[in-house]
Amino acid sequence: MRQPQPRGPLGEDLLAVLREEPGTPGAEARAAALPAAARAAVSRAAGVLGDDDVQLSLFVLHALHYQGVDGVDDRWESDPELLRAREVLSGALEAQLRAELPADTVPGTPQSVADALFAMAAEDDGPSLARHLSGRADDEQAREFLQLKSVYQLMEGDPHTWGIPRLSGRAKAGLIEIQVDEYGGGSASRMHSALFAAGMREAGLDDSYGSAVDRVPAEWLAGVNTVTMFGLHRRLRGAVVGHLAMYEMTSSVPSRFLARGFHRLGLPAAAAFYDEHVEADAAHEQIAARDMAGGLVVEDPAVAADVFFGARCVLHLDALAARHALARWEAGESALRPATAEPSRRGAAELVR
Amino acid sequence: MSAEHGAGDPAPDPVPGPTAMPGPGAGSGEPVTITVCPDGPLLVRGGYELLDGDDRPIDPGRATVALCRCGASSIKPFCDGSHKRARFRAR
Ligand code: FES
Ligand SMILES: [Fe+2]
Ligand SMILES: [Fe+2]
Repeated sequence: MRQPQPRGPLGEDLLAVLREEPGTPGAEARAAALPAAARAAVSRAAGVLGDDDVQLSLFVLHALHYQGVDGVDDRWESDPELLRAREVLSGALEAQLRAELPADTVPGTPQSVADALFAMAAEDDGPSLARHLSGRADDEQAREFLQLKSVYQLMEGDPHTWGIPRLSGRAKAGLIEIQVDEYGGGSASRMHSALFAAGMREAGLDDSYGSAVDRVPAEWLAGVNTVTMFGLHRRLRGAVVGHLAMYEMTSSVPSRFLARGFHRLGLPAAAAFYDEHVEADAAHEQIAARDMAGGLVVEDPAVAADVFFGARCVLHLDALAARHALARWEAGESALRPATAEPSRRGAAELVR
Repeated sequence: MSAEHGAGDPAPDPVPGPTAMPGPGAGSGEPVTITVCPDGPLLVRGGYELLDGDDRPIDPGRATVALCRCGASSIKPFCDGSHKRARFRAR
């Protein structure tokens, strides 16, 4: 993705390091200061979920493990100081989520796990962005919604894929059964990320990964950073499974509202993305709840509680993001961060992208 | 079993849209399993073929499908999650 704009002192330091060549004495000295800068950013933040400097910096550190950042040497991905800084930020994120969410009692059979997760989803009373999109959102809000969603949807499936080698048996097979569908059954044009990209192009938006990051507020980056954190840590394999389960279990019904909204606004490609999710996720949620999450609870009881933690994170972070956007729209404002002028440090080569 | 889609046929590379084709496992001889999801759909896997009342194939769109058994879906024969709001109860 393109290099985003920093949102505070930590982001400034991080992006300055990433523009250097790893291994040079200057770069090493600057990199060595990053873990302390990360700790300082965390202590400055009132709460890391809504802190732009923390979330943007963590998002950039995570991007090094996906498809990289333009103009950044790939070797930075495994630099020990950057990994240390990443752990400081994701550790603070995990700690805040664990502090804000109740612990669940864990049932002992796959079907009782499915029942408990479906009950958790049914009890959720978070605000509904999908209903707003369905009947009320105007054209500009729909385009904002696509940009806010794009930081996840253009890499849909990828964070959970990291869970595959960490699972075995029924849970692993269930995860793969779902992921095959997310990746279009092996057809590039049917990958869910590709369907979403088509919806962005139709709406006149840049569909390259990360194109909207500068406009996406912390409350929305937090959701993506959380699932990436789950995916990157074997310790959190229960949470990545619970996250996918609840993601699927809260998708088919809202997707119907979203499809209706995009049809209403004359955006059939975006509607097609959500129509596909009505049907796909009605199957995925059954596989996810019983085979994947239920299977893991039985096979790997040490991480059973984290299945429920990961599931609760989805509801918690979706509500945070939805509340943020709805409040802005109700006030007659944009839900996006203001567009900034192209910074002078960017070269001509980057401007033509 | 469908004569047009034998096991030796090359795998189709479908594009989005209502292209009729049998289940991905049709004709494979793979056993079919149907899971009765409590309070929800029938989850169908394996070498099934999905046909309408005139024996025309229905494109399942994916390997594992959820078929509505509550009657409330707006995309029958597939489940769309409406069984939740309909409070469908059948274990
Ligand atoms: S069984 Fe799911 S909508 Fe009918
Ligand atoms: Fe998907
Ligand atoms: Fe899905």
